[in-house]
Amino acid sequence: MVEPDYLKFDTLSLHAGQEPDPTTGSRGVPIYQTTSYSFVDTEQAAGLFNLEQPGHIYSRISNPTVAVLEERLAALEGGVGAVCTASGMAAFHLACATIMSAGNHVVASRNIYGGSHNMLNLTMPRFGIQTTFVDPRDLDAWESAITPDTRVLFAETLGNPGIEVLNVPAVAEIAHSHGIPLMVDATFTTPYLMKPIELGADIVMHSVTKFLGGHGIALGGVIVDGGRFDWAANDKFPTLSEPYDGYHGITFSEEYGHQALSMRARAEGLRDFGAAMSPANAFHLLQGVETLPLRMRRHVENTESVIDFLETNDAVSWVSHPAVSSHPDHELAQSLLPHGAGAILSFGISGGREAGRRFIESVQLASHVANVGDAKTLVIHPASTTHQQLSAQDLTAAGVGEDLIRLSVGLEDPSDIIADLARALRASQKG
Amino acid sequence: MQIEFRDLMVNVATGGVDLDKQLPPVLLLHGAGMDRTVWSQQTRYLAHHGFAPMAVDLPGHGDSEGELLPTIAAMAEWVAGFVEKMGLDPIRLVGHSMGSLISLEVAARHPQTVERLILMGAAAAMPVHPELLGAAERNEILAPQLMTAWAHGSRAHVAGNPTPGLWMRSGCQALLERAAPDVIYNDLAACNSYEAGDVAARIECSVSVMVGSEDKMTPPKATAQLVAGFSEVDLQHLKGVGHMMMMEAPDQIRELLLQALR
Repeated sequence: MVEPDYLKFDTLSLHAGQEPDPTTGSRGVPIYQTTSYSFVDTEQAAGLFNLEQPGHIYSRISNPTVAVLEERLAALEGGVGAVCTASGMAAFHLACATIMSAGNHVVASRNIYGGSHNMLNLTMPRFGIQTTFVDPRDLDAWESAITPDTRVLFAETLGNPGIEVLNVPAVAEIAHSHGIPLMVDATFTTPYLMKPIELGADIVMHSVTKFLGGHGIALGGVIVDGGRFDWAANDKFPTLSEPYDGYHGITFSEEYGHQALSMRARAEGLRDFGAAMSPANAFHLLQGVETLPLRMRRHVENTESVIDFLETNDAVSWVSHPAVSSHPDHELAQSLLPHGAGAILSFGISGGREAGRRFIESVQLASHVANVGDAKTLVIHPASTTHQQLSAQDLTAAGVGEDLIRLSVGLEDPSDIIADLARALRASQKG
Repeated sequence: MQIEFRDLMVNVATGGVDLDKQLPPVLLLHGAGMDRTVWSQQTRYLAHHGFAPMAVDLPGHGDSEGELLPTIAAMAEWVAGFVEKMGLDPIRLVGHSMGSLISLEVAARHPQTVERLILMGAAAAMPVHPELLGAAERNEILAPQLMTAWAHGSRAHVAGNPTPGLWMRSGCQALLERAAPDVIYNDLAACNSYEAGDVAARIECSVSVMVGSEDKMTPPKATAQLVAGFSEVDLQHLKGVGHMMMMEAPDQIRELLLQALR
């Protein structure tokens, strides 16, 4: 049987989007540290501004170094295009602003990153966009929350911090039956563990800062356009299906079809909102993406070792990770995440809030930071940090108890990670 | 824009501007399983360089209504009728892959309709790999995958999209995946059964042909066999480019297209 001779994931991680620099032969991706680009002549300049021909104008809109990262991430996700942004939150905002306007509505998982929750719950309503939050495991809740004004369903592939596995095919089917797209935040899975577009998602966003970068030294975000959603199939998405005066009446779905979202997000979103990724950050993040498959395999292996340790420790009252057989999404994870369910887990510490504080202050190798997906092991107490803006009611709804410790398992030798956790757990019980 | 033709709506991309019938009209025809958007790197440029481009969705493709047309001959008659209805003849006709076969047939059958013929990814015969044809008949995703894999040169499988952020390979695959069931099979079967005969010899208008050196679907040798039949032809080779030359080398194609149209 013939098969498509596509380059494989590990190869694309290293090569996609880049050829040796045509001027210098540079094999590494050069940092094009420039704001602007010289035009050949006025005709070419006019053509670039009018979207008649592709190219770079100004680095807020596009930059050759950033473009390599964009093409690479689109390749790894199987999307038709990608737009990188200054941060993951900028990516989330860019996607929302590109497809929605005042009067529209979002149905979102209630178990999402605190920043995303704040944007939907507090900030977007000021611009006329409302959100209904639902239990991501409750398919009926997704369905019944959809209104005539709903324009997108949104969830994380792995919820935060409960590590709920999103049933992407099922939620995508619900979205599509209402003529709306599914957008997922796939930061915790990366395309190595899950390719949401192949499972039915239409827009994938990442905080590239996390596992994709891996090193924790550069901020970045991205939206990846799946290219399978028909924005012109109904009248719900006029930003993509109706003429836009910003470019002499262009209709993005008419001209670019399956690439309409990518083109509008850049042509309008980066131009007007300006949350562009810097070329230096793109360079740093590319170094991480080159080793993504190697790192993710090790992240998953280390996580399994840590889970084995935590499950047998007396100071741990529960462990939540889809690899654990008691996790409600264990079977779903086996199906949707065959290479592993990521390196972020949460566990409950005996002794509650005070024991949690002592634990956090006793770890030596693990770092106490408001981040995940670093090469180094990280710990945090969400109720007092990432989710501290949430009310007690919202905290409970989001599954964040006072005893919850979130752990992002790094790439250190697993025996060293476990030794550090064991020491801190012992200390936590000496109140 | 949507144009009514034979009681059905035909979808046409005009480069983001209103169709100006005072300008020389250019009709662009897509390949098997595809739609107007394969010309997205050319239509807007042509619209701002003195032409009235119309990248059409063939019946049952993209956003056009209508039943699929089962043969190249039927597609050619539909195109000729559409051009006549629009009052655009004689027209400059640009075809890619299956669209090149349609263009050839229109020019041969209705010489008064076509002023210039520009063919990309063209050959006198387009036999389709039986496993691809079978996958298409079963509406399997393997069909878009194989077409995408074979339709791009080696460079396009790694990088090289001049539009920042776009990934060419998935762009092609997504476009094919969006085709309605049976569209790809219909088109591939039409290509597979097409017999050019002496069609090249019957062409009276000027002909330009563009061929990619890495085209696996209509290889340069196959294009050469077609070209040998023309009495006069402008043949342009594009180095390192595969079958999807409009996307793989949009800058080159834009310039060559402009030269050929003028």
